[in-house]
Amino acid sequence: MKKTYQIEVDCAACALKMEEAAKKVAGVKEATVSFMTQKMKVEFDDGADEKTTMKAVVKACKKVEDDCEIILE
Amino acid sequence: MNKKQKRVLLRIIITAVLMAVLTVLPIDGRIKTVLYLVPYMVIGYDILRKAFLGMIHGQVFDENFLMAIATVGAIGIGEMFEGVAVMLFYQIGELFQSCAVGRSRRNITALMDIRPDYANIEQDGELTQIDPDEVPTGTVIVIKPGEKVPIDGVIIEGETSLNTSALTGESIPREAKQGDGVISGCVNLNGLIRVRTTKEFGESTVSKILDLVENSSMKKSRSENFITRFAKIYTPAVCLGAVLLAIVPPFIQLLFGGGNADWLVWFTRALTFLVISCPCALVISIPLSFFGGIGGASARGILVKGSNYLEALARTGIVVFDKTGTMTKGVFEVVSVKAQGVSDEMLLHYAAYAESYSTHPIAESLRRAYGKSIDTALVSEVEEISGHGITANIDGKTVAAGNRRLMERLHISCAESDAAGTEVHLALDGSYIGCILIADVLKPTAAEAVRALSAAGVRKTVMLTGDSEKAATAIAAELKVDEVKSGLLPGDKVDEVERLLAETGKNEKLVFVGDGINDAPVLSRADVGIAMGALGSDAAIEAADVVLMDDDPAKIALAMRISRKTLRIVYENIVFALAVKALCLVLGAFGVANMWWAIFADVGVMVLAVLNATRALAISK
Repeated sequence: MKKTYQIEVDCAACALKMEEAAKKVAGVKEATVSFMTQKMKVEFDDGADEKTTMKAVVKACKKVEDDCEIILE
Repeated sequence: MNKKQKRVLLRIIITAVLMAVLTVLPIDGRIKTVLYLVPYMVIGYDILRKAFLGMIHGQVFDENFLMAIATVGAIGIGEMFEGVAVMLFYQIGELFQSCAVGRSRRNITALMDIRPDYANIEQDGELTQIDPDEVPTGTVIVIKPGEKVPIDGVIIEGETSLNTSALTGESIPREAKQGDGVISGCVNLNGLIRVRTTKEFGESTVSKILDLVENSSMKKSRSENFITRFAKIYTPAVCLGAVLLAIVPPFIQLLFGGGNADWLVWFTRALTFLVISCPCALVISIPLSFFGGIGGASARGILVKGSNYLEALARTGIVVFDKTGTMTKGVFEVVSVKAQGVSDEMLLHYAAYAESYSTHPIAESLRRAYGKSIDTALVSEVEEISGHGITANIDGKTVAAGNRRLMERLHISCAESDAAGTEVHLALDGSYIGCILIADVLKPTAAEAVRALSAAGVRKTVMLTGDSEKAATAIAAELKVDEVKSGLLPGDKVDEVERLLAETGKNEKLVFVGDGINDAPVLSRADVGIAMGALGSDAAIEAADVVLMDDDPAKIALAMRISRKTLRIVYENIVFALAVKALCLVLGAFGVANMWWAIFADVGVMVLAVLNATRALAISK
């Protein structure tokens, strides 16, 4: 399953860091962050729970870039 | 400016005022040092906090860390003013950069903003605006003049002209009347129309295009990946360099210079070195340039699915075309009328009447060329002879219209010809009256498109077609393509492309241009697959890497130009940023460049690179 989230991040380097961090989260198959459109696209592993995975993604991203936001509906 | 930026601006002003006060205040020594910490904390607390958090989380070598070390270091050696000023200017630069980036980001996205905000539906005789997402398929929506078409559908009432320029870059309006399909994203210009939707909003053209363009920056180019990898090695290397700069020269002085080591001097230089080295200018300007290029292209009806494809287009060596629908209009048209014994107009008249009941594309093209309304009451005894043509009684006269075989069958002799296309011979009451030639015609810009490609440095142009050799060579000669292969089945086209791919040089790319309907395997096999005439065709949008929204083959060369301009800007930025940084690093190491140079090398270069990147947006036609 793939999903796109709106994000808020200030610099391109930070967006790269978020991407790296999100990729390492368990349950995430692939993640891409576009600084330009302020969007994060996450492809989940089969059977991964979206909510808990995204919570972990937010946590991992906050760790590398304190200022970032990921808007989960 | 957003809220965050305004807060930073406020902090900058407060700090500047405090600094001004402190410099004129008649106090010295320890008290002044302590007082300087106030503006320092005001301007730098978030940087310090981020640097601290970064260290805890193992993100040591980022710009916050570099700035924190540099300014804390300056304060540590008693350069209070310097420390605060560096932090202040760093924040000013960051603010400026964030505004510049935000601005260009908004400019580009505004260019691509074709998202309709609402759909009008009629309820109890009144129009209500609802979210297009909530409109089920089959609903009747009302589109007033000046409004965007929110969802794909068919007009059930009214007629109007539609502005498709947001989708195609084409400025001539398209006429639409009852029964015609309308595509979301177009703007209704003058008439009120009622439309029955045929798709949900999410499946509509406008959603597909938005999705495609927004995701395009997710597919990263080689240059972007290079910078990501580069930044990973670069920052630690610079930090190591700074440490060496702080330790090695004083040691050498200690050993060979008679015992007097300038620890402070070298420490300051190491700090300057650190500030200079921030890799931000590179990291920000490259994706921004690509985004600008993609935005500029989409404003001209060229949708590029990823930065990587935009990058590949610049190195196009071989362009392979499909013929029908790509270089030609894909519809039959009457190209010549040769009458014998009757006027050309009469010949067309008989042909159109004879074919008046047929739905064959050739019959349609004859009726189109005739252009007048047909009184079908005059036509009787229509007989279709399969594979030959038609005989009919028109106003009391026997007319035969068909190919050479039909004429032979009726024992009527007709002139030989070697024209490329389909011939329709006509006989009136048993005697030959002439021949009408029907062919698929070239798009008006096709020949110019091939010429422009060669001028742009494309080594070889190849045309592949399933059509007969006769038709293919005639068109190839007109287009002046280098190579032509005819009579190909879809599978053969893949083989041909494979052969040409093997022929491409190391830094060359093969581009295939097709109409996207039956070319999917070839589109995906080529380095860059370009689909044409994609307006409303989902298959083309799926299969291709680049989509030309209108059918204009001249857009291929334009896409290459945009690609090259974007890449030139990317290289300019890489070279400029690295050169300035390298220069400042060397000067910093020798003590010529001070902290002020360092700030310029960091923030100034970044801002210049961002401004340069936004040039990618503007492409002359």
